[in-house]
Amino acid sequence: MSATATSPTPHTTTAPHTPPPASGLQRFRVAGWYRAALGLFLGVAFCIGLDVLVRLAYGDHPVYSGDAVWMVSLLGAPFGFLIGLGCFDYWFYWAAGRPSRPEDHSSHGAYSWKDYFRVNTDHKVIGTQYVVTSFFFFFVGGLIAMLMRAELAQPGLQFVDSSTFNGLFSVHASLLIFLFIIPVFAGLANFVLPLMIGAPDMAFPRLNALSFWLLPVAGVMMLLSFLAPGGPFASGWTAYAPLSTTQPVGQMFFTIAVQFAGASSIATALNFLVTIITMRAPGMSFWRMPLLVWANFSTSLLVVIATPFIAASQFFVLLDRGLGFHFFDSAVASHANGDVLMYQHVFWFYSHPAVYIMMLPGFGIVSEIIAVKARKPIFGYRMMAFSLLAIVVLGFTVWAHHMFVSGMQGWIRVPMMITTAIIAVPTGIKIFSWLATLWKGVLHLDTPMLFALGFLTMFTLGGISGVMLAMIPFTIHVSDTYFIVAHIHYVLFGGSLFTIFAGVYYWFPKMTGRMFDERLGKIHFWTTFVFFNLTFAPMHLIGIEGMPRRVADYAQQFAGWNLAISIASFFLGLSSLIFLWNIVTSWRGGPRAAANPWRALTLEWQVSSPPPVFNFDRVPTVVGGPYEYGVPGAVHGIFKPAETATAEARPQPAGGH
Amino acid sequence: MSAESRRESGGRQDYLRVAVVIVLASLVTIPIALLIHWFPTQASVESRKIDTLYDVLLIFSVPMFWLVATTVLFSVWRWRMRPGEEELDGPPIHGNTRLEVVWTAFPAVMMVGLCTYAFVTLHSIEKTHRHMTVEVMAQQFAFRYTYPDGPGGKPFSTNDLYVPTGEQVEFKVHAKDVLHDFWVPAFRLKTDAVPGITTAIKVTPSRVGTYAVVCAELCGLGHALMRSTVHVVPPEQFKTWLAKQKTTGA
Repeated sequence: MSATATSPTPHTTTAPHTPPPASGLQRFRVAGWYRAALGLFLGVAFCIGLDVLVRLAYGDHPVYSGDAVWMVSLLGAPFGFLIGLGCFDYWFYWAAGRPSRPEDHSSHGAYSWKDYFRVNTDHKVIGTQYVVTSFFFFFVGGLIAMLMRAELAQPGLQFVDSSTFNGLFSVHASLLIFLFIIPVFAGLANFVLPLMIGAPDMAFPRLNALSFWLLPVAGVMMLLSFLAPGGPFASGWTAYAPLSTTQPVGQMFFTIAVQFAGASSIATALNFLVTIITMRAPGMSFWRMPLLVWANFSTSLLVVIATPFIAASQFFVLLDRGLGFHFFDSAVASHANGDVLMYQHVFWFYSHPAVYIMMLPGFGIVSEIIAVKARKPIFGYRMMAFSLLAIVVLGFTVWAHHMFVSGMQGWIRVPMMITTAIIAVPTGIKIFSWLATLWKGVLHLDTPMLFALGFLTMFTLGGISGVMLAMIPFTIHVSDTYFIVAHIHYVLFGGSLFTIFAGVYYWFPKMTGRMFDERLGKIHFWTTFVFFNLTFAPMHLIGIEGMPRRVADYAQQFAGWNLAISIASFFLGLSSLIFLWNIVTSWRGGPRAAANPWRALTLEWQVSSPPPVFNFDRVPTVVGGPYEYGVPGAVHGIFKPAETATAEARPQPAGGH
Repeated sequence: MSAESRRESGGRQDYLRVAVVIVLASLVTIPIALLIHWFPTQASVESRKIDTLYDVLLIFSVPMFWLVATTVLFSVWRWRMRPGEEELDGPPIHGNTRLEVVWTAFPAVMMVGLCTYAFVTLHSIEKTHRHMTVEVMAQQFAFRYTYPDGPGGKPFSTNDLYVPTGEQVEFKVHAKDVLHDFWVPAFRLKTDAVPGITTAIKVTPSRVGTYAVVCAELCGLGHALMRSTVHVVPPEQFKTWLAKQKTTGA
């Protein structure tokens, strides 16, 4: 165990610099929630004023249009909130030529729960903010799924009308994709990635804070759409034009929220790229990086290249709906020459790579866990890294497989089928390498490992149905059916979510300094595993039998299976409460975690749990690979003795027993 | 498990055990998978070919699943940590180039094979024969059908879709407002109805009966209720039906 493990935890030290709490009107002048509320108010007022002025200038009647005010406010008011909260303070001081506050690290570390509700530049605090916020939206999205399954338990309409139902599945998918899976991976990586490469923080801490605070803006906006006149956005998470461009104003809550979530993704990805490229500890060559770092490097490449495309597609929708552009307007009545298929091409050019944005970080998590818990080096480390890069490249060549029945030119389907099937090759390399890592290992079957193994088998099923879906003639029949719903849930629930659970359990001791309840963890795994399969496996069948997706009502012949699916899904929902209970109680009063409870070699385990505010009191030097388990005397990183250290502080092997 | 037997495990005998389980499990589950009544009625020539493609995919998929599941379960059974092994590490195996080449090449060959077969199937179901044409107009939330060659050679429109068996029918699909999708599950074929362009599918109905037409692309409030029916009738009956229709103009 390294000497740094004895460093005081942030919770037991006091903040280096605590400004006296503001009171009275002063509260509206310092960065914080009071000023954020004021900023939001002023933002809305400014947007209403701007809107009324422009309409006056153009002579529009009526001068006040609720629809226009909503759209402009959704775009503008969040900036008032973010400025009020203090996300831009440093840059504004600098731009105005005023003395920017010297970096006193007062916004680093968290010393009370309140620090998690401030603009904080500590990557560990931001990581925790990300994970907790995303899990809030996970539970909201899950509750929405429960409402949908209640409606679908029987044919006919019982609980909600079809308008609300269309809103429910649209918000469900949007929240869980844009506010849960993508950001929760970014959050976990935010916490552990700088530690893993031996960096004191991310490359751009202020940008990192801004990236986080864009998220709640996007999430709250999507949820608020339920209060919008005309109901929530109801054209699916795909928001296909021209349905999306002709919807009530609730649609704009999606269109604009995606811009905020997307900007957050892009900024974080840039941050990861620069951090990984420039801030690795001495000796940490690319080929000594843990696979989680490789996975986030690959994911970030995907994000910076692909995410601008969804931003563009949603700006097109915004312009079509708000300002009467005709990008996608090809309705018979309008005589416009818009191109409806263009939306789908631009959208899927992001949204197919997005599937890998939602999976590659999970591959990284599972690689960490399987190596540590099987006590063996990752089998074929270099191929594991290369296959990630292969998926990045191939991921950009398959988007039109979502459009096999869209009416695009027929010949393009065949090359897209081939590239789609070929992606199974690098993915297969990963799965086989994990299996070979298990072979002859010493398997510690605790909660993180169970979720990793559950991921291996369930993701294989999702991959198999994915290969089936590459085959054009079969897809012509099953596209837009429950077979697709089954496939994406095997990939995103059995795949991504299982790796997220695995990762949260695995790094819980590092993030909170506490151990979780292993028995509850195991119960959580088994209930989730069983009810996940009972919920989603039958969807393959009813899909092939002919049940379309995104319907509130369905033919009598599917009634039996749907009832069974709904019952299973309620138990699946309940199983996540075990997780919630375990995490909350363990965080509050679980046993203290040791620095390295899993005997892992990677650097994040060589510092205390939770880590010191600046991660490493002494910069580590990396001298070997990250997964040298079973190699006698192998070392990944060492902490060189400090100048003032006494003679006994020899270079120490990190992660020794 | 003693350290000795751990060292000796994972050899030829264990490979053989895993292989036997994969083969046995596949032999049991492939017939079950094929016996499951997956598809709705086969009512077109194309549906038979698509169902066969799915059967072939199942035959390839099931062993792939058992390969992964068996290896995971076998490793758990054979090499899980036993009491007293808390500090033990596995053997430092970093890779095996031959094995990695095999598991890169084998799936690649399999994928190329499956794609070739799928391409052949696609080619055969989309081949054009002598055919009649039906225009489909999709709008929120109904389908309307136009026969260009009604009685007297004039087009007429109807809400009832009738097609004869044994003759290829080309459905030319249009959309008036937003995206829809013209899908007949019993034919296994669908295409989006896209404003501004005409899309098409070609079907050769083969079985007399009445089947559902389903809108399969989210099109708004009434999407779940946007349904129609297709009546597949013998050719003579189709001629009689056609003759009875009043010409309504295009």
